[in-house]
Amino acid sequence: MSSNAITIPGTQIQTRPWVDELHEWLTTVDHKRLGILYILSALLFLVIGGVEALVMRIQLMHAHNNFVSPEVFNRMFTMHGTTMIFFVAMPVLFGFANYLVPLMIGARDMAFPRLNAFSFWLSFLGGLLLYFSFLGGSGLYGAGSAPDVGWWSYAPLGARAFSPGHSSDYWTLALLVSGFGSIGTAINIIATIVSLRCPGMKISRMPLLVWLNLVMAGMVLIAITPLSAAQIMLLIDRYLGGHFFDTQAGGSAVLWMHFFWIFGHPEVYVLIIPCFAFMSEIIPVFSRKPIFGYPVMVGATVCIAFVSMSVWAHHMFTIGMNSYANSFFTLTTMAVGVPTGIKIFNWIGTMWGGKIQFKTPMLFSIGFLFQFLIAGLTGIMLACSPFDWQLSLSYFVVAHFHYVIVGGILFALFAAFYYWYPKMTGRMLSERLGKWHFWLFLIGFHLTFDVMHIPGVLGMPRRIYTYEPGRGWDTLNLIISIGAFIQAIAILVFVANLIISYFKGARAANDPWDAWTLEWSISSPPPAYNFATVPTVSSRRPLWDLKHPEDPDSRYE
Amino acid sequence: MSMLKIKSSTLRFLARTILLLFWSAMAVWASEPNGSSSHGTNIFAPSSTPAKSIADLSIFVLVITGIIFVVVFALLFYSVVRFRGRAMDAGREPAQVYGSTQIELAWTIIPILIVVVLFLATARVIHAIQDAPEPVGAVQVTAIGHQYWWEFRYPKLGIVTANELHIPVSDPSHPTPTFLQLLSADTDHSFWVPELGGKTDLIPNHPNRMWMDPQRTGVFLGQCAQYCGMQHAKMLLRVSVDGPEDFAAWVRAQQSLAVEDAAAIAGRRVFETNACMNCHAVAGTPADGRFGPDLTHLMSRATIAAGAAKNTHDNLRLWIQDPSAIKPGSLMPAMKLSDGDLDAVVSYMETLR
Repeated sequence: MSSNAITIPGTQIQTRPWVDELHEWLTTVDHKRLGILYILSALLFLVIGGVEALVMRIQLMHAHNNFVSPEVFNRMFTMHGTTMIFFVAMPVLFGFANYLVPLMIGARDMAFPRLNAFSFWLSFLGGLLLYFSFLGGSGLYGAGSAPDVGWWSYAPLGARAFSPGHSSDYWTLALLVSGFGSIGTAINIIATIVSLRCPGMKISRMPLLVWLNLVMAGMVLIAITPLSAAQIMLLIDRYLGGHFFDTQAGGSAVLWMHFFWIFGHPEVYVLIIPCFAFMSEIIPVFSRKPIFGYPVMVGATVCIAFVSMSVWAHHMFTIGMNSYANSFFTLTTMAVGVPTGIKIFNWIGTMWGGKIQFKTPMLFSIGFLFQFLIAGLTGIMLACSPFDWQLSLSYFVVAHFHYVIVGGILFALFAAFYYWYPKMTGRMLSERLGKWHFWLFLIGFHLTFDVMHIPGVLGMPRRIYTYEPGRGWDTLNLIISIGAFIQAIAILVFVANLIISYFKGARAANDPWDAWTLEWSISSPPPAYNFATVPTVSSRRPLWDLKHPEDPDSRYE
Repeated sequence: MSMLKIKSSTLRFLARTILLLFWSAMAVWASEPNGSSSHGTNIFAPSSTPAKSIADLSIFVLVITGIIFVVVFALLFYSVVRFRGRAMDAGREPAQVYGSTQIELAWTIIPILIVVVLFLATARVIHAIQDAPEPVGAVQVTAIGHQYWWEFRYPKLGIVTANELHIPVSDPSHPTPTFLQLLSADTDHSFWVPELGGKTDLIPNHPNRMWMDPQRTGVFLGQCAQYCGMQHAKMLLRVSVDGPEDFAAWVRAQQSLAVEDAAAIAGRRVFETNACMNCHAVAGTPADGRFGPDLTHLMSRATIAAGAAKNTHDNLRLWIQDPSAIKPGSLMPAMKLSDGDLDAVVSYMETLR
């Protein structure tokens, strides 16, 4: 640990051989170390999932390309989707929540530290199980395989008749096991926020990041359980002769879709709400103003959480629901746009009249706002079910959800990395490399995902390993692939920045951004016990009150 | 309501003008090099009523979302430029503003109104397409999705064919729409011919329905849109929209039994003494397999292997010899015939007009 931590006799960590250090990390129950473990495992899987994406983009560079076989391509998109959702996005967001929530509410750890460690290792084990399918997917005799049924594994494709061998069993187990991990972490986050807030931190004074993670954790409890139930039913079908989804025995393919999407759509909000949380902390600090409309932001988030529980069947507009169901889900889906729009307006309202500092975290935040706006608008197009009958299952949808997940979630995450890295490591990330990272990634992103909307409009379905020439898709796909490689270079710059700055970055002070929440009141990195004395707060911005005793926030709340 | 209508029609006109260049550029991009009878797969080049009403609604939605984009982007851009920190304000914090109820109300109510307008416009189109009654003169087709090909049955006309759907052109004054019943023999598939309509999935144990009334003749392209297994990519789809006489002639030809050609008797014997006939049917012969496409009038089709290859002598021979050379993952096995048998079967196939 760093030298500026407050030391208590008996807790100093001496320089030890690396084995001891490793042992320390593997057995830790410290929320900060577990947070970092979550983040590191997510970065590992991010690189793997990214390589899978590049394999697909090389294959699709031109019509009738033979870079990989159809089996390999199908495995790549299955593994890419599953990896990115379950083993990158979820863990990295849980990592930040783990690290930041106790610090921001003035707590010394999560409510259940051992459950925390258990949950992390379950989720990591899930990732290992998924990738073990490359070795053991067709039995242990070395014939490698991996699931190739898509990340939603629609019935009956996931049934034994169409997916023999064990590759899709590893997929099922991976999701089941990591799902238990997610439920454990969600319970932990809720318990921590409910019971460990420092004196004075009323629920109306919690930083928005804490509020939004509370909502996210609640949604995880509701969304992950049907997914786990469906995985268990699928295992019963595959091994115990059940017929839930076995259409040849009268089971229902549509039932699986409902189970999957009643998980799948709230899942999108499980991922985006913590990113809203990052934005709601970062944009105010770099605009030098408090968040505009705090109670409205909380209300809009809770509203999104509720409404997003009743929109799942917009993933199923093409399955032949009746016109009433299609109309209902069109309405609910469009309705989500209202609270989401309110959030965007409030962030702009926060910047309005501020003095915006264009540090790297703020650049990524502005990128987030721009891209999330477009993603929301293409979402409105897809919510309009007749438009969706054309766009669904096409590259337009692929472009739309990558706009949400890369343009929104990943940009917000990069902002969070640049913002909280100093707190986590005691070193600043290089601004110079950060700007390179930002601009390269921005250009690559727009080259890939702006252009990707067009082949969808021109009739190109998703999940095809090759396509016919002469449909106007060739040039577009080439541009998309070039953009993908620019993004890959930007990610390399980012990883290099993480590593180089860890060893050579400028030392970070306690509060390098002149920010207002409690984590910035302690050393960087924080000591194991976080706060030597538990703080007392009297407003939403305790450090503002400290720095401006003549005009504290507590006067206005 | 009438004001709303005027507004939406003006907007639609505006949208058409603005987007004309964009879409025409796109249409040029997507146009097929080989002549006017073949149509592309552009969702904004609709040729039938459902596709047209979807395209109109889509343009309306594009205009509304476009306006939202311009307004919000302008706000974002303005605040980033106008309120950027300058060196001279170092150390001084801006006015700390916590919110404003009036502004919050404004940007809650306006989006709600937009959602109501969009929803009503959408619900009308959903109803018009999904709840359209089936007229008496409609052509009925049962489409069955297989890994990785399409089976088309015309129950009233007694026709069974594969991969290339023939339907009559529909004159708006005397409509002859086609109503499809969509079934699946194995996994999920999705019927998508963008210029004729939106897609509808073919799901086992879950019959679906869709319709179209193409107003132009020619071949319309599409393909399976729902991932259905290893060779999903080459489950292509062609819809031939025929003039009334052409369609009647096609129906008559398809209703006949297979041509008996004495010259191809050797090939027919190979076909009937190997596994071919377990999966394929040739009407009027003992071959009545249903696992693969009906071959009674194979030569009337322009492509083989669900559109993966042109229907030529060489492709046919290669396909029978080794289907995975054209379409890896195809469920048709390589028949491992001797060269003589292979040639005989190909000549037999070529008599099935």
